[in-house]
Amino acid sequence: MAEPVLHRLTLDNGLRVVLAPDRSAPVVGVSVHYDVGFRSEPEGRTGFAHLFEHLMFQGSESLEKLAHFRHVQGSGGSFNGSTHPDYTDYFEVLPSAALERALFLEADRMRAPKLTQENLANQIDVVKEEIRLNVLNRPYGGFPWILLPPVLYDTFPNAHNGYGDFTDLEQATLDDCAAFFDTYYAPANAVLTVAGDIEVDHARELIEKHFGDVPARPRPERPSFAEPRPTRELRDTHVDPHAPLPALAVGYRMPDPIGELDAYLAHLVLASVLVDGDGARLQQRLVHGEPLVTDINAGAGLFGPFEARDPDTFSITAMHTPDVGVDRILGAVDEELESLAAQPPTSDELARVTARWSAMLHSEHDRLVNRTLGLGSFELLYGDPSLLHGAADRIAAVSAEQVSQAAKNLRPDSRAVLLVEPAQGGAQ
Amino acid sequence: MTVSHSPHSAQSNNHRTAEEIGRTPAGPRELPPLGQQRAADEPEHVDTVLASGLRVLAVRKPGAPMVELRMTIPFGSAVADGMHTATAEVLADTITTGTRRRDRVAIDTDLALIGGDLGTAVDPEHLSVSASSLASGLPTLLDVLADLLTEATYADHEVQREATRLVERLAVARTQPRVIAREALQKHRYGDHPYTREVPLPEDVERVTPEAVRALHPAAVLPRGSVLVLVGDIDPQSALAEVEKALGDWRSDVAATELPPLPALEGGDVLLVPRAGAVQSQIRLSAQGLPRTHERYPALQLANLTFGGYFSSRLVENIREDKGYTYGAHSGFEFTDGAAMVQVDADTASDVTAAALLETRYELGRLGLVPPTEAEVESVRQYATGALLIGSASQAGLANQLIGLASVGLGLDWLRGQPGRLAAVTTEQVAEAALEFFAPTRFTGVVVGDADLLGPQLEALGGVRIADRQL
Repeated sequence: MAEPVLHRLTLDNGLRVVLAPDRSAPVVGVSVHYDVGFRSEPEGRTGFAHLFEHLMFQGSESLEKLAHFRHVQGSGGSFNGSTHPDYTDYFEVLPSAALERALFLEADRMRAPKLTQENLANQIDVVKEEIRLNVLNRPYGGFPWILLPPVLYDTFPNAHNGYGDFTDLEQATLDDCAAFFDTYYAPANAVLTVAGDIEVDHARELIEKHFGDVPARPRPERPSFAEPRPTRELRDTHVDPHAPLPALAVGYRMPDPIGELDAYLAHLVLASVLVDGDGARLQQRLVHGEPLVTDINAGAGLFGPFEARDPDTFSITAMHTPDVGVDRILGAVDEELESLAAQPPTSDELARVTARWSAMLHSEHDRLVNRTLGLGSFELLYGDPSLLHGAADRIAAVSAEQVSQAAKNLRPDSRAVLLVEPAQGGAQ
Repeated sequence: MTVSHSPHSAQSNNHRTAEEIGRTPAGPRELPPLGQQRAADEPEHVDTVLASGLRVLAVRKPGAPMVELRMTIPFGSAVADGMHTATAEVLADTITTGTRRRDRVAIDTDLALIGGDLGTAVDPEHLSVSASSLASGLPTLLDVLADLLTEATYADHEVQREATRLVERLAVARTQPRVIAREALQKHRYGDHPYTREVPLPEDVERVTPEAVRALHPAAVLPRGSVLVLVGDIDPQSALAEVEKALGDWRSDVAATELPPLPALEGGDVLLVPRAGAVQSQIRLSAQGLPRTHERYPALQLANLTFGGYFSSRLVENIREDKGYTYGAHSGFEFTDGAAMVQVDADTASDVTAAALLETRYELGRLGLVPPTEAEVESVRQYATGALLIGSASQAGLANQLIGLASVGLGLDWLRGQPGRLAAVTTEQVAEAALEFFAPTRFTGVVVGDADLLGPQLEALGGVRIADRQL
């Protein structure tokens, strides 16, 4: 397949734009990524970046409450938004006849969102329901994305709960919202992506028409979230009132996903060598061979790859029966990592892993919503949207020695281990 | 009192107020109109039934250099055998663990080299296979599939290991509120009909023998009545030839077994199912609907969307956006091979559960009595049409649409014809469907939650019965 042509431009107000025409189906994807995520929220305001994401759907100068949803869906489209450690995205996928409408909706809330006390109170309630649904009322809620970071990291931005404590959410004020918007939601701090059934010159005109007069504001200085790696193994236990089986998460620090991309990719390949498919090393040994665990997973980033800046987390998670001691599982993981550190994976192993990565990325980007969001986040984090299409080749170029080096990097004396214990002592 | 910000906070101290942010000198602007929508291209495809009785639907959909494979096999043998659910679940988990030609690792290796993945799942009606690979690997993918269908060995140690893992996974599944609520709803709606046996009991799984799994396979994994869908960067005719070649040995004179039809669902009391310590409750309501083949289905589809089938629906705007009772409320169809049910669900904090049920009933009644307006119908019509377009824009999306349709005997024609049928529905037809199918008295259902808190409120509300069994 020929690589799609990408067009990039920057408006006078600093808004970066990525255009990715593809006329194969009469649908378009539109997304806006703002360069602020939950790592940037202030102490005492945990969960604020996500709460604010909800408020951005609640109306703007030209759009009453509920109008955004009605206009997107009433044009045949769907929408959503999501808050990540380092960015927040908003997106729509629609029949291509609705392109200008989608641009209008995004521009209107970038220019003048209507932030009201009533909507703030309503969305605090909605977010609390979201947290009850996804964390408090279910087994393994927040495992590992909320539970592991406070063990692995020391500083507030990296360690805190991005969903937020109820007490913090309840204290959020309208003035917090105004300050957050004025600081972080500047056009110069955002990326607009338009992909799918578009004619490039026409799309450019529409973008200039709707976003051109969003007033410029300074791009905020991006803080470093760097902190030293742990110098020993850190352990903590979380008692889960709903979980029937114990689980563990092991977290390691990774190379800088942006500045050390190839070393980072070697960790993605390593994760696959360890757990992707029945032929993978930890699957064979821990799930089927010995067997010590019910299921095991490993991966880069707590939300998936290519979605955070430094520092980022490599995690291994497993669920097991209470009779299996945690140290036996950790011991087996360490042995497999030591073995890979001493003896690089075979070329067959690498061929299997890279073919799967290539297919997985193709498949993922075949969905317009994923392609749109991927282009936007690669532009935002890497300054290079073409990495979306180049990642598979970069992964295929990772050498066995680089994977071996990655395995060496995952050291037992520099990691976090989080244990989840069932409250009632196991399966009832 | 001031809030101290962290050293990392870059927030400005002299920002505008919320009110200043929300207006510009130019004032509100006009919403741009929709442009002219072009239709999707007609994809090249074949849709045929092989001599074995297997229906094959192959569609050329370029884009990614991939092929998506979906298969459903009617698997409704549950009637006579109380152990069927457990045996079927173990079969689905073990079918990929070895054949006469390949062991577990060889299956995974052959799939990996073509960028392939293959998964299986079972429910009371079907055994399903979902797979994908690079399009160039289609012959290998089909060879592995054929191997599983005709030569799966179910080695003793693999069956035992998968059964053990299944018991562990079931323990986890049965602590998920949505699984608990689903089991309670199934039992409340359909009693002991085999359709309710979605998740096996751990004690049954422990009793499953390798012999029973090995016996179930030739008796139930059968081509006649089954459907295979291929969508991707393929030539449909050559893909069909590849299927015929690879699956030539998968034959039987016996047809795959369909589940007995479900009784018509009748309205009745909502059952309150206690779950101690719950901080949130599950509301699950259900009523008889219409299958996709029915001439009134498009009108019912639009009525459902208006009620709770999309975000801009009456139910979501009421109980989420106005009252903040829930993160998500939803109403949709559950399709079986012969019928369809309307399902309404919402998860709400314990202290507002009764109020949320009251509002849900109010909206059900209101849909019939204050029927969808012209504007509401226009909005859901656009949404339904757009959702079909967006779904079929990706290979995996189109494959999922087609396997859902193909298992009830429909195909691409239905997909292509549905926008026209939606366009022809009148506001009056939507109002008629709303009044008839969304009448509150037609619904039954369950609420799972903290009975101490919910009991008195729901009893006061009426139409709710409290179960004596504690979950």
